[in-house]
Amino acid sequence: MTTPAAARERRDQTMRIVLPIIVFALILGAWELVVRWFNIPPYVLPAPGRIAETLVADWSLLWQSLLVTLITTFEGFLLAAIGGVGLAVVFNQVRVIEYSFYPYAVILQVTPIVAIAPLLLIYLPQQVAVLVCAWIVAFFPVLANTTLGLNSVDRNLADLFSLYGATRGQVLWNLKLPSALPYMLGGLRIAGGLSLIGAVVAEIAAGSAGAGSGLAYRIAESGYRLNIPRMFAALLLLSVAGVAIFYLLALVNHLALRRWHESALQDER
Amino acid sequence: MPLATESRSHPLVALRGVGKTFANGTVALAGLDLTVREGEFLSLLGPSGCGKSTALRIIAGLTEPSAGSVDWRSSAAKEDEGLLGFVFQEPTLMPWANVFNNVLLPLKLKRAPAAAAAERVNAALERVGLQKFATAYPRELSGGMRMRVSIARALVTEPALLLMDEPFAALDEITRFKLNNDLLEVWQALRTTVVFVTHSVFESVYLSSRIVVMAARPGRVFTKLAIGAPYPRDQKFRTSADYAALTRRTSDALAQAMAAGGEP
Repeated sequence: MTTPAAARERRDQTMRIVLPIIVFALILGAWELVVRWFNIPPYVLPAPGRIAETLVADWSLLWQSLLVTLITTFEGFLLAAIGGVGLAVVFNQVRVIEYSFYPYAVILQVTPIVAIAPLLLIYLPQQVAVLVCAWIVAFFPVLANTTLGLNSVDRNLADLFSLYGATRGQVLWNLKLPSALPYMLGGLRIAGGLSLIGAVVAEIAAGSAGAGSGLAYRIAESGYRLNIPRMFAALLLLSVAGVAIFYLLALVNHLALRRWHESALQDER
Repeated sequence: MPLATESRSHPLVALRGVGKTFANGTVALAGLDLTVREGEFLSLLGPSGCGKSTALRIIAGLTEPSAGSVDWRSSAAKEDEGLLGFVFQEPTLMPWANVFNNVLLPLKLKRAPAAAAAERVNAALERVGLQKFATAYPRELSGGMRMRVSIARALVTEPALLLMDEPFAALDEITRFKLNNDLLEVWQALRTTVVFVTHSVFESVYLSSRIVVMAARPGRVFTKLAIGAPYPRDQKFRTSADYAALTRRTSDALAQAMAAGGEP
């Protein structure tokens, strides 16, 4: 078992975990020192210790806001997943619809969401507007990747299905969707992070209108009040949420593909 | 005498004056006449580009001929989707499904009752010696085993006609010999008809009751050879003088066909 290669592998694994932690600790230490040494006031740059204190002190407020943002993100993600996959399937089955609507899906994607958000806030109730923003940003990668996947069917397998007289529904369900699954999951991994971004952008845009209680709104509000430590604390929570979403989706991806797809196989050499 | 039984058997499918010109102008086949008789093991042998795979696809109905006709034994026969089995050059398995579900596919597409289907899948797997691997995934199997799964899938509908497009070309020689023997065994047990595309003289002589040698540019039938050696054939046949003589004759025919087709 303990061949030199295996030992090197294990050392590599350990370093992958330990090194980033050391870097993190060094940066925090330096930050804390600089703030104390130069006596920088917290409204300019709060020390890490101060941010941690704020996080604890304001926990109930920040936790509530985090939940609001996460729920928006989750709803946006869910709608993006359903909308993206659904639209890709419809596009794949009905050419006329694809030709008619694909350009508009692209336009929706390339127009910066920051520019769309204020308009949406005028026409829609705020909760809905925030959700729509999260959806707009997140649905396109799902649509694009699923479309690619549905078109990446093995041609011989497609021949085999037609040889046995498979119906369109059977081809879609038994061939196209399973072939598209790895692509779809790739799109969903991107969509998870993007729906958080969409939700945050919309909350910030809405924040200036004076309503809302999400985490991004807390950041904007704390900025106006020069409560810089709370800004950092809220930012920290957003990052942690983003990382959690990323790894959660990576886990789903792995569980769904581990038996058969190249991307999820353990390297056994 | 195998030859005598063969001449008595009925035509299963006949290609008459079949031509195929692709959209880019390539003439794959021109005036191809070919009759597949019930119960025979027919090989289409020829250099690459002689349209043997195209002919196979036309029989399968996967490619439409641009000229000529494909006539089946009875008009109803082609409508019966259980009539055909097709084995591609690659195993062409669904990577997301295990061996059992891959073999089940043709029955599932025909909406066969689950219990009866499971029984037939197990029988097909047993026939190719893979009954212990029903729950394995394609990536966990060797190339030869994947091809066995592919053959089991083609057999599961008990087709009257089994079409095989260079199925063993990518395998090593040891595996290929083993699969050749197993295929002959299956063919004799099921009394099915096989059309086998290959570019290997040795393989075609070993397997076939009849060889159709094709020439290229345009793809057409060059000559037909009856291989009268009796079945069952085994390792003894492979090393016999009879086999050597037959391969020499077939090689000569192939060489002439290639000369007739002109070098590219």
